[in-house]
Amino acid sequence: MAEQERKKVPAREGEAEVDETAPADQGEEITERIDDLLDEIDTVLEENAEEFVKNYVQKGGE
Amino acid sequence: MTERSVSPRVLGSETEYGITVRHQADFNPVLASSTVINSYRGDRARIQWSIDEESPGRDARGLGYEGVVPPELETGLVNVVLTNGARLYVDHAHPEYSTPECTDPLEAARYEKAGEIIMARAVTAARSIMPAQERMFVYKNNSDGKGNSYGAHENYLLSRSLPFGEIVRNLTAFLVSRQVFTGSGKVGSENGRPPVDFQLTQRADFFEEEVGLETTLKRPIINTRDEPHADASKYRRLHVIFGDANLSEVQTFLKLGSTAVILAALEAGALPEPIALDDPVRASWQVSHDVDMRLPLPTVGGRSMTALEMQWQYLEWATKHVNAADMGEVYLTLVERWEQVLTDLETDPMRLADRLDWVAKYRVLGGYVERDRLGWEHPKLRLADLQYHDVDPARGLYHRLVAAGRMQRLFTDDDVERAVTEPPEGTRAWFRGECVARFGSALVAANWDSLVFDTGEEALRRVPMMEPLKGSKQMVGELLDRCGTPADLIKALGGDHG
Repeated sequence: MAEQERKKVPAREGEAEVDETAPADQGEEITERIDDLLDEIDTVLEENAEEFVKNYVQKGGE
Repeated sequence: MTERSVSPRVLGSETEYGITVRHQADFNPVLASSTVINSYRGDRARIQWSIDEESPGRDARGLGYEGVVPPELETGLVNVVLTNGARLYVDHAHPEYSTPECTDPLEAARYEKAGEIIMARAVTAARSIMPAQERMFVYKNNSDGKGNSYGAHENYLLSRSLPFGEIVRNLTAFLVSRQVFTGSGKVGSENGRPPVDFQLTQRADFFEEEVGLETTLKRPIINTRDEPHADASKYRRLHVIFGDANLSEVQTFLKLGSTAVILAALEAGALPEPIALDDPVRASWQVSHDVDMRLPLPTVGGRSMTALEMQWQYLEWATKHVNAADMGEVYLTLVERWEQVLTDLETDPMRLADRLDWVAKYRVLGGYVERDRLGWEHPKLRLADLQYHDVDPARGLYHRLVAAGRMQRLFTDDDVERAVTEPPEGTRAWFRGECVARFGSALVAANWDSLVFDTGEEALRRVPMMEPLKGSKQMVGELLDRCGTPADLIKALGGDHG
């Protein structure tokens, strides 16, 4: 089980290195990707943000 | 004579989830939480949680038959024990999940993630029996933005021989500074702290004391609760309340693992002179409010260190100890990841959007600020802050990030699914979970350190489990396999008289 979980780490590190593009390209790329992300999140975000947030009250927690 | 260090390092976590039901007259969080717990359809025993204040004949060697002492039962609130050894229950008007006892932080992170699955399925089941216009939401977070906080607590098994004062002296600055990578992020500030657009953690604003017993007000950085649920002469359970609930798997692993290593080093006498903050309570919220992570924090002796500088020091000590004590693969991976995270925090924190909840959240919220020209006080940002933590995989923003391949993972879905039903093999959680699976209908009551069976005889039978490391698969697997009934089990454990 421990080995199975260990395998995850090297794969991810390899992926992370691929992101080392030139700063300018990376900047534009990031903005694009964020906009895509925001578009997607827009589709699941609750409507009536103010009312929703106002009604979320929690009591009695540790 | 006795070894000072606990090995392996047993740990677990408890998470209080936020809950609300929209468009429900007289919404009652205790009732709603009970509905959630009762709706869970996985394998479990719905039983009383017993409070063992006194346990005559407590057997310090581990499992043993104790006899017919009737358990004192905690009345009222719903409680369920699962086949994975975990506890699912209502606590302080929240649905809560406690992981089973795990033997390493990777396992503990996996069992915590399993809890989210369990909670999400329970919510789905609860929704199916509620009127269509009532909408239930459950969140794995710690703050409602209105002055109320609820906890994500961590539990670490320690040797009783480690003086509590040592824990306070050495852990305080660690907990304060680890916020740079343990925070889940939040819009705004609370509890009278200075206003801020965004901060690193959900909980920091609520902490008001350095040390104390309270958990619901005047919260202390170091909690002194002393309920080991184990042989108190050998063990202490350190109950850490100063932390955020995390969704990121890497972050959960890092939070639990880094703390476990520092405690291991402390137990082994491998931490040199402690880092001592001048004013830990002030530093707590200052670290959280300092998104740039540049603020020097005054330390005793007229010097100062930033939170990151402190963490680099802790990492150095931790790495040394992991190697010196040959702590194994999981901890080697941990310190590697810890180093990567500190490096990224120092050079370009936004790189961590795939590993730290606060960065992922900050990226989304910052994106909205830019694209929609919003002020940081805009309700849409507070909504996104909250919805990041929604346990519903279709709606929770964290889950949408995962679905879009934007979050690093440590576990496959199968890994987590196994933890939903199977107990960890290395602790008494294994015995507990297997008893639920095999003899659930005969289980009358449970506690972390005992199980009570109705074997069909007149008197109930309690099995004490005072040793967290006993009751593992290796120790009692064969015995359990030989027992077809609870009566067999009691007999096999050594109690064959009425």
